[in-house]
Amino acid sequence: MKLLVPVKRVIDYNVKPRVKADGTGVDLANVKMSMNPFDEIAVEEAIRLKEKGVATEIVAVSIGPAKAQETLRTALAMGADRAILVVSETEVEPLAVAKILAKIAEEEQPGLVILGKQAIDDDSNQTGQMLAALLGWAQGTFASKVEVDGEGASVTREVDGGLETVRLKLPAIVTTDLRLNEPRYASLPNIMKAKSKPLAQKTAADYGVDTAPRLTTLGVREPSKREAGIKVQSVDELIDRLRTVGVIG
Amino acid sequence: MKCLVLVEHEGGQLKDATLSAVTAASKLGEVHLLVAGEGVGGVAEAAAKIAGVGKVHVSDAAPYAHQLAENVAPLAADLMGHHDAFVAASTTTGKNVAPRVAALLDVMQISDVIGIEGEDTFIRPIYAGNAIATVRSSDSKKVLTVRGTAFEKAEREGGSGTVEAVSGPADSGLSSFVGAEIAASERPELTSAKIIVSGGRALGSSEQFHAVIDPLADKLGAAVGASRAAVDAGYAPNDYQVGQTGKIVAPEVYVAVGISGAIQHLAGMKDSKLIVAINKDEDAPIFQVADLGLVGDLFKLVPELTEKL
Repeated sequence: MKLLVPVKRVIDYNVKPRVKADGTGVDLANVKMSMNPFDEIAVEEAIRLKEKGVATEIVAVSIGPAKAQETLRTALAMGADRAILVVSETEVEPLAVAKILAKIAEEEQPGLVILGKQAIDDDSNQTGQMLAALLGWAQGTFASKVEVDGEGASVTREVDGGLETVRLKLPAIVTTDLRLNEPRYASLPNIMKAKSKPLAQKTAADYGVDTAPRLTTLGVREPSKREAGIKVQSVDELIDRLRTVGVIG
Repeated sequence: MKCLVLVEHEGGQLKDATLSAVTAASKLGEVHLLVAGEGVGGVAEAAAKIAGVGKVHVSDAAPYAHQLAENVAPLAADLMGHHDAFVAASTTTGKNVAPRVAALLDVMQISDVIGIEGEDTFIRPIYAGNAIATVRSSDSKKVLTVRGTAFEKAEREGGSGTVEAVSGPADSGLSSFVGAEIAASERPELTSAKIIVSGGRALGSSEQFHAVIDPLADKLGAAVGASRAAVDAGYAPNDYQVGQTGKIVAPEVYVAVGISGAIQHLAGMKDSKLIVAINKDEDAPIFQVADLGLVGDLFKLVPELTEKL
């Protein structure tokens, strides 16, 4: 079975995003960029399925700027077999990303597409579900456990009240949640090896997908700041204060 | 503008998340509801009583029993032929279903809406709440998920909606429900609780977490939450997690015990009305957002607080 793993290049998890002074967006100039953490989990899960003998080939895909090559090389260094980069220097919205991925899925015929539940830049949490809809496939979102056997996959999902398990007919879409696995670090030999793995470059036009945005960002601002309050000296003082504001009787 | 709001329910009970979604939808126009499930006559009746609700579309059939997105989305997409906006709560159910509906309608969804500026203009957090974006949609129909903490809950009584049965597409056969482990608790639900007591990594173990946090929560009638660090360390189950990667909450009172206040955690609770922090590190970032801070050993202070309340 072939696995398709879409990955996104985003601001590094440890960098605090800063809003541009002109309010047009978040400043990404000279900021460390990395693979979206949820997508790293997706790559790791794909590699584990290959190690278990369930999968035979892992194809990593990214839709983004030319620099997203680095993100794909990371996926290849972790253990993906080949990569496809759909180059777009302008931002592509989840709906258009899903349309491009649907075309790639039609070409590649994967048994499973595994991707992060959301990207930590736009926090949309849409691409996997949209891709499932466009392909008419089953979806196992927010997965904390994935088991593939025969004709189907059992996916345990992180839902608000706890966990839920669904059985999916293959091919299917899985979106990853944080507790699915802990992604490995690529070893130096594997990083070297990844440089010679195949990476195909495409454009959205190659797939006949219109990526014109449906949303216009009118402005981006800092969230309103909360003022620090006061420090109380004792439990008694805390209780007094809570009484004063009417929190406790 | 006619809105279709997805009703969330569990065990025959309509969930609070729906009420906030109704308020959000009412800012756009007429509010109609969709109840999909099996044996949901009671939920539909309850839904019709929500203040301000018009028509309640009910699809009561086996394929909708567990609200599988593969079955609910085509049903909702069909009904969207007569509606202008689809609104779901930003819960795991809403997030699972809404983008599938959006793609079927060829609409770019607007996720996690916290403000509605007009028919086509919405406010939403990005970058884990580190930035707030105002976006305008050019799609003729809108698909939104809305944050419960940003909209008041509509009244459960006072409405006089009409219930109308609808039939949707047959079972897609793509997926099936196997089972669920839903934590049964006497405590209020995290996302709708008035008071939350949350524990962090400083609790040190699962036993100590429950021994210190639970009695205080019980005394206050509060829900129990946890930081991601506490969840990752195995002190608390994942459904307790408050933060960008967990639940977004905004209770009247949020008590943070032994939580340092990572950005990730603050993103999930900083809209709480009153924040109380108890931490031994007086420089912990949590004190920068806390209204009332108490510096000291939580293992002494929290039991003392519990006893004196």
